[in-house]
Amino acid sequence: MGKVVVVTSGKGGVGKTTSTAALGAAVAKTGKKVALVDFDVGLRNLDLIMGAERRVVFDLVNVIQGSAKLSQALIRDKRVETLFLLPASQTRDKDALTEDGVGEVIDKLRSVFDYVFCDSPAGIERGAQLAMRFADEAVIVTNPEVSSVRDSDRIIGLLDARTLRAEQGEQIAKHVLVTRYDAARAARGEMLSIDDVLEILSTPLLGIIPESQDVLRASNLGSPVTLSEPLNAAAKAYIDAARRLEGEDLPVVVPFERKGFLDRLLGRRAA
Amino acid sequence: MNLLDIFKRRSSAPVARERLQVLLAYERRNRSQPDLVSILREEIMAVIAKHVQIDQDYLQVSMDRGETMSTLEIDIQIPNKSAVPLAMAG
Repeated sequence: MGKVVVVTSGKGGVGKTTSTAALGAAVAKTGKKVALVDFDVGLRNLDLIMGAERRVVFDLVNVIQGSAKLSQALIRDKRVETLFLLPASQTRDKDALTEDGVGEVIDKLRSVFDYVFCDSPAGIERGAQLAMRFADEAVIVTNPEVSSVRDSDRIIGLLDARTLRAEQGEQIAKHVLVTRYDAARAARGEMLSIDDVLEILSTPLLGIIPESQDVLRASNLGSPVTLSEPLNAAAKAYIDAARRLEGEDLPVVVPFERKGFLDRLLGRRAA
Repeated sequence: MNLLDIFKRRSSAPVARERLQVLLAYERRNRSQPDLVSILREEIMAVIAKHVQIDQDYLQVSMDRGETMSTLEIDIQIPNKSAVPLAMAG
């Protein structure tokens, strides 16, 4: 039985889709069978980030409504052969997803794949709740910034109350993934530190993804950063986070700002 | 702007942390209570359903919490063709 991981955040624009793609690709590269499911009905984007936007024929709603088979809707990645995508539909019908329908699809995926990543829509409405409903684990994507941390806290509350596991009295494993971390700003005390975020959310840390131009470039190219530039700092951070998700005990290193010439000059003078 | 202001400016992260801690302590306390609005909604729906068949979407329940007073707003729309005449919208 595979593991179902929801990637969620409450707030929009913090990097859920990017992180789903990067983590999923990193896990798939180790040979595990991975399915990425886009739950953002009406505003799908995972297909675009994965570079599969022109290969979408059927989607999650088609499968739920029975107009397509799951095997027809799954798109195999062209770079990693164990990586698959189940796109969301572009329908505007907010009730297109039903709980029973989603449950059935997740069960089928779980029996075939090692990992099922559910890319949640922003918000705390139906779509977001269905994305987390059948999850065994949750990755809470958080930016070190007040509104994102607040929304993450809200989502953690929902994960502990509204998921099937929570209702059955079981634990859902939660991990915080801090994205868009700017070491220079943190050093200047202009950004919540990792310790601040973890203390406030009291949830274990999965990884710290530094703010990086390469992540945007990867999105532009339609390739997860862990595939297109695996040696880049952000990609490495995602790869490490994926290894922790698989249970490896890897210490998290907080990115630090390399001192510039002037700093070093001043530093030496002070010494 | 005084040049000294640049050095005097307090870093903003500690302020952010403090504000969040206060806010979230409050929000978490409220969250642990059962969701009154959805309980009311369900029960009101059940009462209406005994007499008139209405769609879930035609019942709006919202609560506005104020400092000294809270208001509960219930908006029920009942279709005209309903066999049982009831005037309870509003």
